[in-house]
Amino acid sequence: MRIVLEKRDDTSAFAAVLSPVIAVLLTLVAGAIMFALMGKDPLAALSTYFLSPLQDWGSIQEIFVAATPIVLIAVGLSLCYLSNNWNIGAEGQLVMGAIFGGFVAIVTHGVPNGPWVFPVMLLAGMLGGALFGLVPAVLKTRFGANEILTSLMLVYVAELLLDWLVRGPWRDPHGFNFPQSVMFEPEALALRLVETGRLHVGALLMLVVVIAGAVVMGRTLKGFEVRLVGEAPRAARFAGFDDKRLTLTVFALSGALAGIAGVLVVSAQIGQLQPTISPGYGFTAIIVAFLGRLNPIGCLVAGLFLALTFIGGENAQIFLRLPLDVTRVFQGFLLFFVLACDTLMLYRIRIEREAAA
Amino acid sequence: MADVPLIEARAVVKRFGSLIANDHVDLDVAAGEIHALLGENGAGKSTLVKMLYGLMQPNEGTIAWRGKPVTLANPRAARALGIGMVFQHFSLFENLTVAENIALALDAAPSHERIEQVSRAYGLPLEPRRPVWALSVGERQRVEIIRCLLQDPKLLILDEPTSVLTPQEAEGLFATLETLKMEGRSVLYISHKLEEVKRLCDRATILRHGKRIATCDPKRESAASMARMMVGDDVAAVRLVEHDASGPVRLALVDADHMPDDPHGTSLKSVSLEVRAGEILGIAGVAGNGQDELFAVLSGERLCDRAENVVIDGVPVGRETINARRKRGTAFVPEERLGHAAAPRFRLSVNALVSGHATNGFVRRGFIDRAKALDWVDRVTKRFDVRKGARDPEAKALSGGNLQKFVVGREILRNPSILVVAQPTWGVDAGAATLIRQALVDLARRGSAVLVISQDLDELLEISDRIAVMYHGTMSMPQPVRGLSRETIGLMMAGARLGAAA
Amino acid sequence: MTLLEAIILTVITASTPLLIAALGELVVEKAGVLNLGVEGMMIMGAACGFAVAILTGNTWLGVIGAILAGAVLASVFALLTLGLAANQVASGLALSIFGLGLSGVIGASFVGLQREVMPKLFIPGLSDIPFLGRILFNQDPFVYASLALLAGVWWFLFRTRAGLVLRACGENHTSAHALGYPVLRIRLLAVLFGGACAGLAGAYLSLAYTPFWSPGMTAGRGWIALAIVVFASWLPWRAALGAYLFGGVTILQLHAQGAGLAVPSQFLAALPYLVTIVVLVLIMRARSGASAAPAHLGTPFVPDR
Repeated sequence: MRIVLEKRDDTSAFAAVLSPVIAVLLTLVAGAIMFALMGKDPLAALSTYFLSPLQDWGSIQEIFVAATPIVLIAVGLSLCYLSNNWNIGAEGQLVMGAIFGGFVAIVTHGVPNGPWVFPVMLLAGMLGGALFGLVPAVLKTRFGANEILTSLMLVYVAELLLDWLVRGPWRDPHGFNFPQSVMFEPEALALRLVETGRLHVGALLMLVVVIAGAVVMGRTLKGFEVRLVGEAPRAARFAGFDDKRLTLTVFALSGALAGIAGVLVVSAQIGQLQPTISPGYGFTAIIVAFLGRLNPIGCLVAGLFLALTFIGGENAQIFLRLPLDVTRVFQGFLLFFVLACDTLMLYRIRIEREAAA
Repeated sequence: MADVPLIEARAVVKRFGSLIANDHVDLDVAAGEIHALLGENGAGKSTLVKMLYGLMQPNEGTIAWRGKPVTLANPRAARALGIGMVFQHFSLFENLTVAENIALALDAAPSHERIEQVSRAYGLPLEPRRPVWALSVGERQRVEIIRCLLQDPKLLILDEPTSVLTPQEAEGLFATLETLKMEGRSVLYISHKLEEVKRLCDRATILRHGKRIATCDPKRESAASMARMMVGDDVAAVRLVEHDASGPVRLALVDADHMPDDPHGTSLKSVSLEVRAGEILGIAGVAGNGQDELFAVLSGERLCDRAENVVIDGVPVGRETINARRKRGTAFVPEERLGHAAAPRFRLSVNALVSGHATNGFVRRGFIDRAKALDWVDRVTKRFDVRKGARDPEAKALSGGNLQKFVVGREILRNPSILVVAQPTWGVDAGAATLIRQALVDLARRGSAVLVISQDLDELLEISDRIAVMYHGTMSMPQPVRGLSRETIGLMMAGARLGAAA
Repeated sequence: MTLLEAIILTVITASTPLLIAALGELVVEKAGVLNLGVEGMMIMGAACGFAVAILTGNTWLGVIGAILAGAVLASVFALLTLGLAANQVASGLALSIFGLGLSGVIGASFVGLQREVMPKLFIPGLSDIPFLGRILFNQDPFVYASLALLAGVWWFLFRTRAGLVLRACGENHTSAHALGYPVLRIRLLAVLFGGACAGLAGAYLSLAYTPFWSPGMTAGRGWIALAIVVFASWLPWRAALGAYLFGGVTILQLHAQGAGLAVPSQFLAALPYLVTIVVLVLIMRARSGASAAPAHLGTPFVPDR
């Protein structure tokens, strides 16, 4: 038996919508099998993962809180991947954004300040993320160094830098020697949108970014440029687009969005800098970008879904004593199935019996 | 001659989805004959020979070798029988050496001495240790042929072998093929150059739309009668009218040097040329002699060192981008349809933006006017007879000829004062080729300057006013096409210096 | 044993997993496939190798388990990228994320357990030769295996017909197909080999380098192995050079930390990653754009039928 792929003349629009749905269903099946193998009741485990977070307003808010950084990053990464720029270092850009934003919060700590602190933190985080994102872009455009490897290496560098800061110069002097910064003052925290719960202004920011991204990608010449550079680089040159400048642009942009995500994580979720601030949002966003078909609206839907698994994963850890890594396995399954289903759009798949020779 | 054919295809059928590429095709090649397989692009020639070489398997019908039905599961099985094939787009490995390339096609690697000996014996000398990327197109073809001959084949299949050669190189190839015939080997010769077929071949089988139309003796047919069988109709000729090709210089290249990005590319060495209003200047030359680089510096995909290197209507533009040059009324059609002129997975209305976003008013304040782009597609479709299944399909869904009509039409509809076009009819059916050539001629008659880079000498002789030749990154003096012979151009394509001083 | 000998000895130990994984990936890339899942396959090798060794009490069975784990993960990648022509970069990333997660799940119940470090294998006579003998033949079996692998990969790629065919698939899959070579099958074998090597490299980490399993213990070594392949210009002996260079940097920073250098330990720990970046830049500069990569690296192949 063998798999035979037949090229489709026209990319199937139906398959484009259907494939993520099939991928999610297959992931559920694979997950059920995995839980059964681990000796858990598959239905109970799946419902803990996918239904329990939807049962009260508080945890629905948590889904939005977790989705915010993921979606912000995924929109930026979509632009990168569409234009064939493989930025996989968003986690590092997030950390760098948190460091820059956190710096603003720390220097304004204990001195007279005002409501301008949080916006300035966002700007600083954007700057930090963008600058850090530009490093692999410059190395790629100037020297041809592989951006996949350089951007990933920089994740470790950023994490070690944060580790040093919170253990060294930025450690809270009254923190009993714990490796963490001072608690941010109220002016440095993200505005809450509701009385009870953690839903914050970042969710609105996320929606703005998604809509802006959708408009740019769907309607503008810049969006066309991004897609053409990725789809047919020679045709892009023929169209007069500068692929190197575009590489710098999309890396800076996705770095900036990751930087904002970093600021939101520390100022809305944690309230201070710690050695580890992100449960892998930057990597999850890679999956979200693909699951969302590299489309901003798709990223929003996919991001909310993945955030659900984060919250569900925490519940599963508490109630079923399942390791947190199960969430990652889920994410891996999901990405596998999305990629496999993508083939549906470009090819018809036939299983063929090998003719007896 | 033996009664039983060496190889025979009986009523073979090959389908790709809903398309029938071969519809009950019969073909037989006798021992010791040179048999031509004729047909337009898309007639099913390549599919048929791929089945004879085991690269594809027929859905129906049989293939018989010396009268016995055989299953050719893969090329190895075909080679075991004694079938060798020389591909049109060579199946060589650029970064491997000649000897490694040859070893890959054989079951046991031959010694360097044996390669040299056989290659000399057939008049196709080769150096086994050289990497293939350093070889000329003609030398690459030699590698392909030699590695077939080392297997002592009974049948040699050649897919359009002369389309990449100079006329003199083609003569050399014909001599080799005659030798093979004398040795009792058979040759299946795919071509659409009818004069060649008349000279060389004993019989010819003609395919059209996947069906066998006839098998004839080419020596008894005229080129016109065979062309009629291939096309199914009389082939329209390009209408040429008397005209004045001595208008002012609109496009000039002045002492342009250019180092290519591709380490295996050809650098331009002080290339100069002038194209006048109302004329078509043809650039001939074997592939890989700097044509790609010439197109790149003319279009602005690569900038020149100095602004004065490229002059459009008297303005130095060597440092201007491709879109700035487009705004000066210049248009460009690159050689590669899919991937360069058009993005395969984008719809035609989106592909209209590729060359038109800066000039055609498709974009307002950064936003794309889709209706306008779609309207442009409709106009190109109508004027250039682009046939397609939907109003706005993806570029890859179009046949080669129709996509070529689209990418050429996309530029000509803009009425450019200067048009630079590379390989305007490469791999295109006769109808589309005539339509495109006519459009180029008409554009020049309206006073535009047209530069045509082509490997098809017949095409250049048909439509150009003057012809220059590229060789190793240099450009010859252009010669008026009247009184210019194929042989003269052929010598120039092989590097002979002619008319430089005159 | 002198201090220098001791340092070189540890450098070789630290380099061995990088070398094994890099050699595996080198073969994969020579066949034209880019598998970015080395990190995931490696850590699965570490987790499964350790788990099997604990459960069976046999280190060698652990090694076999690790090799199988790497190969199984690689076969998932092969199904996606070869069978379904999926994007290789994205599939490789998925493999890394998946491997990191699954290794955590599998290894969860083994955290905190310890095993004997794999004993050194002395070779009578050779191990006593001053200096060279002491650093080269005073090692655990993995080190010998890595050197044998180095020689074997070189010999296979550049001295055998099968190696020539594999390189041909990486250079131009269309031509290789036209000559009748089963491109996808050859690539499948290469990918499985790469997975097995990554698994073996992982086993080294949890069975010989340290005597325990900890989540995320590969710490980016799989990615560094990928960088080494680029650095090596796809030549085996240069991959060895690269691996020892990176191993050297790792050991150096450990010694520097141990010596109480005034530089914060985090900066030293970042050194291997920074060196990777610098080396990638320098190697591209030295090559000035001309790539030594196999021409069809990372491009999916779908035969016409």
